[in-house]
Amino acid sequence: MIERTDVEHVARLTRLALTEAELERMREQLNSILAHLDTLRAVDTEGVEPTSHAVDVVNVMREDEVEPCFPQDAMLANAPDRSGELFRVPRILED
Amino acid sequence: MYQPIHELTDAYRRADLTPTAVAEAYLARIDALDGRLGAYLTVVRDEALAAARESELRWRAGAPLGPLDGAPVALKDVLCTRGVRTTCGSKMLESFVPPYDATVVERLRAAGAVILGKTNMDEFAMGSSTEHSAFHPTRNPWDLARVPGGSSGGSAAAVAGGLAAGGFGSDTGGSIRQPAAFCGVVGMKPTYGRVSRYGLVALASSLDQVGPFARDVRDAALLLGAVAGHDRRDATCIQAPVPDYGAELSKGVAGLTLGLPDEYFIDGMDPDVERAMESRTRAAGFGAEVKRRIMLGTYALSAGYYDAYYGKAQSVRTLVRREFAAAFARVDLIVAPTTPNVAFKHGEKEDPLSMYLNDVFTIPGNLAGIPGISVPCGFSVTGLPIGLQVLGRPLDEPRLLRAAYAYEQATPWRSRRPELT
Repeated sequence: MIERTDVEHVARLTRLALTEAELERMREQLNSILAHLDTLRAVDTEGVEPTSHAVDVVNVMREDEVEPCFPQDAMLANAPDRSGELFRVPRILED
Repeated sequence: MYQPIHELTDAYRRADLTPTAVAEAYLARIDALDGRLGAYLTVVRDEALAAARESELRWRAGAPLGPLDGAPVALKDVLCTRGVRTTCGSKMLESFVPPYDATVVERLRAAGAVILGKTNMDEFAMGSSTEHSAFHPTRNPWDLARVPGGSSGGSAAAVAGGLAAGGFGSDTGGSIRQPAAFCGVVGMKPTYGRVSRYGLVALASSLDQVGPFARDVRDAALLLGAVAGHDRRDATCIQAPVPDYGAELSKGVAGLTLGLPDEYFIDGMDPDVERAMESRTRAAGFGAEVKRRIMLGTYALSAGYYDAYYGKAQSVRTLVRREFAAAFARVDLIVAPTTPNVAFKHGEKEDPLSMYLNDVFTIPGNLAGIPGISVPCGFSVTGLPIGLQVLGRPLDEPRLLRAAYAYEQATPWRSRRPELT
């Protein structure tokens, strides 16, 4: 069971600024979804290697050649905010 | 407006039709009907007409670029298009204009396809109904009160309603096959790695695959053939050569073994299916389903829960792959329903879990990375389309298409049209 405090904690981590009503609805919905995911626990996976990728591809290499890349202005054109040649984003870490 | 692409290009060759006239007819139909259908987010009228005129010159000179030259197609708004905004159905990307084309888009342009516009989708492809677009819901051409499926619902509705001759979507857990089934068109998810994901905005990188929507299986084969194949810009893209899918179709199905898995005939299935077979904040920028998934993902990956959920799921994924491999040691193809139910009504699935479970027949194919196709296989008593799913071994698209083609040619479903006027 996810408690209200867990929901508040995760909401803080995700910076979603959920309202009071959203927090409560989220608690109910996450509990219902996680209860369904618990069916996974019944599966015996002892000694079973995890699959992160369905196609076996290993170490795709290519020559390290200099190629033309996108002009800086084209890439920065979508930046909501910029500082010189940089994307400017909200601070996420405390001082 | 319901001619498949291969008939359009036959008509171009005979000069019975021109790409410009066809593009104009499609744009006029979009103008007339899309206000009610909501299939498109962006229509690129001028670019489409310019591409059609160039195609027309090539046909007139007897030098078309191939079987898609002059074919009017619609692209899910998750595929980056150079100079044309790509929103992913989200307010977050409302004004995002990509500086490059996705590889799929680049290859379609090189094949002479006429891109009509960008289609609606659940926000960031998170959904199964196209109700979770930040802009507007898309309606099912067969019954405007119902959803077209999702998340590629805009492309499916556009092809089904005659607002595009073909289309592309992305399939992470069924987002091509399920809307194809709901809208009565052909929809295909290729083998993971068969089509480049470069320029496809990711939902789940180890599951996402781009694939076509089509009026018939032959068109699906042609559309897939135009975009499949290795791309050095996507390291997960498979090196294997691309077969001539169109040439495969007529090889027939004699000698193929089909399997019908018990697991796909479950209790609670719709009886009709069974019978047939930035200055913005994150809070304001993301819709409810996206917020829910951010919360769920953050929780499931947080300390103490990673092994219980993510690690466990990855091990179960191995078991899913093994079961498919064991099945394909005995049969060549697996035949099953695409969805447990026909298209539901707008607002009917408010409980997120019931929405997720709607994908229960399509997700295993993504986990195993195998190809799957949905073809129309009949109608419910209420007149809604039903989809038949065929799954095959990795890279066995040729057999998949052969079986789907043989089924389509032996059944009358393709000739039925929605009453959209």
